[in-house]
Amino acid sequence: MHLVYPAVLAALLFCTGLYGVLARRNAILVLMSVELMLNAVNLNLVAFDVWLRDKLHAGQALTLFVIAIAAAEIGIGLAIVLLVYRARGTADVDRLRDLREDAPAEAREDAPVEAEKKAEAAA
Amino acid sequence: MTTTTAAVLVPLLPFLGAVATLLTGRRAPGFVRPLAVLPTLAAAALAVLVACRQGGGQPLDAARRLTPTGSVPIDLALHLDGFAVLVAVLVTVVASCVQLYSTAYLREDPRYPSYAALVSLFTAAMLLVVYSGDLMVLLVGWEVMGVCSYFLVGHYWETEAARSASLKAFLVTKLGDVPFLFGLFLLASDAGTFRITGVLHTVATGSLSHPTLTALLLLAGVAGKSAQFPLHTWLPDAMAGPTPVSALIHAATMVAAGVYFTARLLPVFTASTAALLVLAVMAAVTMLGSALAALAQDDIKRVLAYSTVGQLGYMTGALAVGDRGAAVFHLLTHGAFKALLFLGAGVVIHAAGTNSLAAMARMRGLARRVPDACWTMTVALLALAAIPPFSGFFSKEAVLGAAEHAARGEAPGIPGAAGWTVLLAGLVTALLTAAYCARLWLMCFCGKDPDAAQHGRESAAMTGVLWVLLIPTIALGLAAWQLPDWFDGRSLAPTLPTSLLSTGCALAGGLVVYGAWRRTQALAARVPLGAVAADPEAAPAVSEEEAIATHLAAYGSIAGAQDPADPGRLLLGPLHRHAATGFHLDALYAALFVRPVGAAARLVRFLDREVVETYVRGAGTAPGWLGAAVRRAQTGNVQTYLSVLFAGSVVLAVAAVLVASGA
Amino acid sequence: MTGTSTLAAQAHGFLSPTGVEVAFLLIGLVTLAAALLTVTTRQLVHAALWLVVALGGLAVEYLLLTAEFIAWVQVLIYVGSVVVLLLFGLMLTKAPIGRSPDADSGNRWPALVVAVAAAAALVWVVADAFRTTWIDLSGAVQGTTKVSGESLFRYWVLPFEALSVLLLAALVGAIVLSRMRRKKEGER
Repeated sequence: MHLVYPAVLAALLFCTGLYGVLARRNAILVLMSVELMLNAVNLNLVAFDVWLRDKLHAGQALTLFVIAIAAAEIGIGLAIVLLVYRARGTADVDRLRDLREDAPAEAREDAPVEAEKKAEAAA
Repeated sequence: MTTTTAAVLVPLLPFLGAVATLLTGRRAPGFVRPLAVLPTLAAAALAVLVACRQGGGQPLDAARRLTPTGSVPIDLALHLDGFAVLVAVLVTVVASCVQLYSTAYLREDPRYPSYAALVSLFTAAMLLVVYSGDLMVLLVGWEVMGVCSYFLVGHYWETEAARSASLKAFLVTKLGDVPFLFGLFLLASDAGTFRITGVLHTVATGSLSHPTLTALLLLAGVAGKSAQFPLHTWLPDAMAGPTPVSALIHAATMVAAGVYFTARLLPVFTASTAALLVLAVMAAVTMLGSALAALAQDDIKRVLAYSTVGQLGYMTGALAVGDRGAAVFHLLTHGAFKALLFLGAGVVIHAAGTNSLAAMARMRGLARRVPDACWTMTVALLALAAIPPFSGFFSKEAVLGAAEHAARGEAPGIPGAAGWTVLLAGLVTALLTAAYCARLWLMCFCGKDPDAAQHGRESAAMTGVLWVLLIPTIALGLAAWQLPDWFDGRSLAPTLPTSLLSTGCALAGGLVVYGAWRRTQALAARVPLGAVAADPEAAPAVSEEEAIATHLAAYGSIAGAQDPADPGRLLLGPLHRHAATGFHLDALYAALFVRPVGAAARLVRFLDREVVETYVRGAGTAPGWLGAAVRRAQTGNVQTYLSVLFAGSVVLAVAAVLVASGA
Repeated sequence: MTGTSTLAAQAHGFLSPTGVEVAFLLIGLVTLAAALLTVTTRQLVHAALWLVVALGGLAVEYLLLTAEFIAWVQVLIYVGSVVVLLLFGLMLTKAPIGRSPDADSGNRWPALVVAVAAAAALVWVVADAFRTTWIDLSGAVQGTTKVSGESLFRYWVLPFEALSVLLLAALVGAIVLSRMRRKKEGER
């Protein structure tokens, strides 16, 4: 079989996953796209393993490892997404922007003012 | 104990006392007084012992080299000759008196421990200078004294006058010390050693390469330390320090160091005629100028300060005519009576509550209130005015005799012009000295107006010291027939012509002032004047500090007062205004040096602030702007970051492939 | 399964697809289409279902590449557990059922540009590199459970065990993360 077929398929799948990661809003959909990218890599590994007729079957072994790691990753990733969802009420990636440049500055300016207001109220 | 061991202990004991006082002063205040007084007293006893053992015989030399120091070796060396041991006795005795006096004078001062430690350190440094046989070790003591004088003059640092005076003392003496250091290097490079014996040997063999230059460089340091024209301006201002410190600086240590050093290395100076002439002119100008200035001062301590400058002029005059015996003789007697005068002045200032002669002249019974100070100071003033038979007469006669000797060309290697200069200036100064002594005595102890507030009785420590110092003031003159054995062997006994001349001058000066005083006496009643310290019961140091701080406000000047009853004003006439300010030397220095330096400093500050800092600020601002621009990219959206990341990697990968395939 | 020797393949030339190649291409198209639908559909649950199709298609591709064991693992773990987990995640985050207009973020066009550029670059490079390379699928099957097991437990034991530790850590981590909130509430 021509090696180009699996290789091109893997490349296209990878780029599809890449698009999903960059374009999707829901964090769980982002995770799905990551799975797609991982599977594209797996396909590459298997195809090249078969082509090279590797004595150790490194490609297949690595594929198995990647699958296991992907399973672990999806578990942890979902736990984090759930935590974020519970804390913020949303799982949208582009709404989690606490690290943007002006946000902490505002928070810093606001914090003492609020503290003063509280102190005044208490007084 | 060998003589060498005793001699080593003499400077070491006050030094250890100073260290111990500094270490324990805060935690154990009870030990401060014993630690201040006892080491100094022990050093005095040891100094007397060393003097007796040495006895004016052959110079005693001992040296130890701790470590090799390169081409010119530096040794811890002792050089004990008649000059050294006698000056050491003077230093230790005066220092002991000052320490005893200070225990009472600064009895309530919170900074007494550090004060006592610095006085001990000062004494130790002076003793190091006196005993040292190595010029580098001598320089160490010399510089330590400079630092100690800075701290001690600035003891009342709460007052502006003391702060500026301490800085001035430090800077002016250091100004002299820089050429002094180069002079030492020149000497050492010619002699190949810093040992004084080696240097003197080199001078004796005539192998000094630049005798005039070396002598003049050394002279700058001597003028700075011994307050000779034109570097004398720090000394009158140093009166802002406590009175015992003034006594110590003026009588025994600091100012004596310059004269003593010159006496030690006199062959270096006599090797150059030009240097001797410069020395003579310097001495003459110093004598005359200071005597005139002393006549116009209002602060009792400033009168004494200018008199010190004048008497030091006598000593340098004696050195200029090549007679170091006379110079050191005058140094010894002057040390005794000047210490007495200063310590007595401290008592008077406390009793009167002011340091202004104009105010004292309006106080009746000051003499009755402090009889000890009155009697001892009277004797000391007579000694200062060189009235026989007190000690000052004999030593001043020795100086004038030496000058006359040189003027008649009988001294080998001494230019006659130097002799004439010193002789004439000395005679005129004798007249002026007697005049300001008489003025001081009349204004201080013969006040007419009603009594001022009664101050507490002076403590025994203060008055007792005065009586102790009275003994050498009266009797030291008789040593004129003994001292030649200790010194160079030249006769120090008075000769008839100069004795008659100078005594006549002194009597004339005193009588003129008395006459003037009788005339102005009527004015004194009409013009009330005087500000008296507010705390009659406080410690003497407090009264003095207040008096120094208020003098400028009360009289319009730190030095003079607008007192028509002042006989000095009548006698000096239009000259009084100039004399009161020390002939405007301070103003001249301010115009010549202080203001250009200040302008240069302002220029440097301007360059630093406006030019250099612009670059610094620019270097900070440009990255700041860059950061602000880059900060805008931080949207917080992870997907944007990832997009850019991947776009970048794609570009890099494509570039790498293109390069690899050679496209 | 029909295979061709390398020599035969070379004799066949570039554009002479065998049966396996045809099957691979067809399944590959299906997989790619499912993947594209996964990342573009506006219905979130459908995305998960399209993902199942894509992953299943990939499992078939593994079979065609004679990697049987991997194929079954793929079906078991991905289709069986991962997708189920993702569906649970969607439900727990109250993902809307039906079309949601805002499934794509504002980063869509840059993402498209980056993805297309990356795809173009990768495909160009890969096609250029492996234009004349054939896989020899004849001979012993390379991905049987026996072969995989032997290589895994002969040469890859240590990484395998290390991986088990990693999985344990992930397990503990997931539990800790999901318990965190309750603990906080307990403190309050």
